[in-house]
Amino acid sequence: MLKEKNKMAKAIETFQLTKIYNSIKAVDNLNICVETGEIFGLLGPNGAGKTTTASMLSTILKPTSGTAKVNGYDIVKEASKVRKSIGIVFQDPSVDDRLTGRENLYMHANLYGVPASEQNERINRILKLVELEDRADDLLRTYSGGMRRRLELGRGLIHYPKVLFLDEPTVGLDPQTRDHIWKYIKELKESHEITVVLTTHYMDEADRLSDRIAIMDHGKIVVLDTPSKLKETLEGDVITVKANKIQGLADLVTKWLEINKTHIVNETLEITVQNGKAVMPRIMELANQNDIYVESLLLREPNLEDVFLHYTGRSIRHDSTRELQGLAAAQRRAIR
Amino acid sequence: MSELRALYTLWLREIKRFIRDRARIVISFVQPLLWLVVFAAGFGARLLIPGVDYQQYLFPGIIGQTLLFTGMFMGVSVIWDKEFGFMKEILVAPVSRFTIFIGKMFGDSSAALLQGVIVFTFGFILGIPFDPITLFTVLPIMLLITFGFVSMGLIIASFIGSLENFGAIQTFINLPIFFLSGALFPISGTGTPEWLQIASTFNPLTYGVDALRTIILGSAWTPVHPLYINILVICAFDAAMIAIGTWAFSRMK
Repeated sequence: MLKEKNKMAKAIETFQLTKIYNSIKAVDNLNICVETGEIFGLLGPNGAGKTTTASMLSTILKPTSGTAKVNGYDIVKEASKVRKSIGIVFQDPSVDDRLTGRENLYMHANLYGVPASEQNERINRILKLVELEDRADDLLRTYSGGMRRRLELGRGLIHYPKVLFLDEPTVGLDPQTRDHIWKYIKELKESHEITVVLTTHYMDEADRLSDRIAIMDHGKIVVLDTPSKLKETLEGDVITVKANKIQGLADLVTKWLEINKTHIVNETLEITVQNGKAVMPRIMELANQNDIYVESLLLREPNLEDVFLHYTGRSIRHDSTRELQGLAAAQRRAIR
Repeated sequence: MSELRALYTLWLREIKRFIRDRARIVISFVQPLLWLVVFAAGFGARLLIPGVDYQQYLFPGIIGQTLLFTGMFMGVSVIWDKEFGFMKEILVAPVSRFTIFIGKMFGDSSAALLQGVIVFTFGFILGIPFDPITLFTVLPIMLLITFGFVSMGLIIASFIGSLENFGAIQTFINLPIFFLSGALFPISGTGTPEWLQIASTFNPLTYGVDALRTIILGSAWTPVHPLYINILVICAFDAAMIAIGTWAFSRMK
């Protein structure tokens, strides 16, 4: 009995989950647990393996070795049961724009075997939740990108999934719509008591939504914790310096102030220190003594971006391919 | 039960999309009319077929051609679905690939059949004698022909990524099937080159057109094959296409 209960507490459990593409380990012996009811963020740069992981968990891809349990079902042996128990919202649009919003939802309900007697009620509830009631009977081609996204989010819930996979849910959307979508995701999670697995390369998104975040790089989990704990691990403040001889200043700071946590990102020196207020004047002094002109000096609390930089040694912001992919998705959304 | 409901919803979607695409329905009238009026007038003056007027002879052939062309073209829905991402929504659903294939195939076949029926009514306008009983006996044959070619279109589309390539391959396949089917001219008669006769025996549409003529033209037409042979061959073709189609859909990602 107790054992059964323990099993139920884990929405997802992976066992040495591995995917190899052309001898490259996209996902490398992954062992993670996702608790029931949490929003679990998979954060990482392009090629980190987060989408591959999500695809394996949602049975779109077969693992090379290892396996996982989703809602207690094995993703290899019980793929069909897994599919019935999960909802997927893809990064790219996946609605039929020649059908109305309501028709898209009915179709989904039928594909997922929702009893006919419950379909009307469920669909009306979802339409209300994502605030598309008044547009429900319009063809989808008349919807805006944000509205389509909301419909996709709602659609993923019609068959009452226990786990919802969201792949880059707000890529290519404007800030206002992103804010809206985040609100919906939180609401959906509360009202339906579901577990959410979120893959994203947006720091703010992961920070705002996730209960726990796993930072992935080269197919492995680099670190896994709550957003606040992750930020705490940096122990201190972040000083950002803009100066004319940035590398020179970095070397001086490392040598004279004995600070090892320096990174140069975007022509900016980022220094992680315990007592930022006390260190700032010393940096100015060092710069003055060595004829380095400081343009600006800024002290701030560490954010997830710094955490990412700390653990992977590079900035996620520089990931231009990812941005381009996002743009492409946004365009696909727009031209329809 | 849930597979049946999925099948129904996939069928309904194709029908809805087809009905909403009015331009396509209207344009589809034009080609068969051109064949039946312009081509028949010119070609018929030279080609004499014992027992029947050329326009009457051509009429079942053009019905077969409509089913072939529109049926094969229906595969375009797969290309669109892949292009616009809806295919992912269908493929990740907890529904067997056989059901997905059959649902789409039934939907597209219903649409293609509708066009075939529209062409059938042209016969009435052109003065080709027919009665309601003929329509009801001809419908199942038309449907059987449609199944095979719609399946073929879906199979090709499942392998092909772009609309341009799909169009090119369509023409490449459609025209030989059309020309070698006996839709435009008799193939079995004396004087027809032997290679053409042999090639036509491997063509499923040959049997389809022959079956349509047998029913529509009645006693005026001397069948190439007995009706039951025609039907058996078409059914075998359908079964093979459905089997290949299920396989083709199950390898789609």
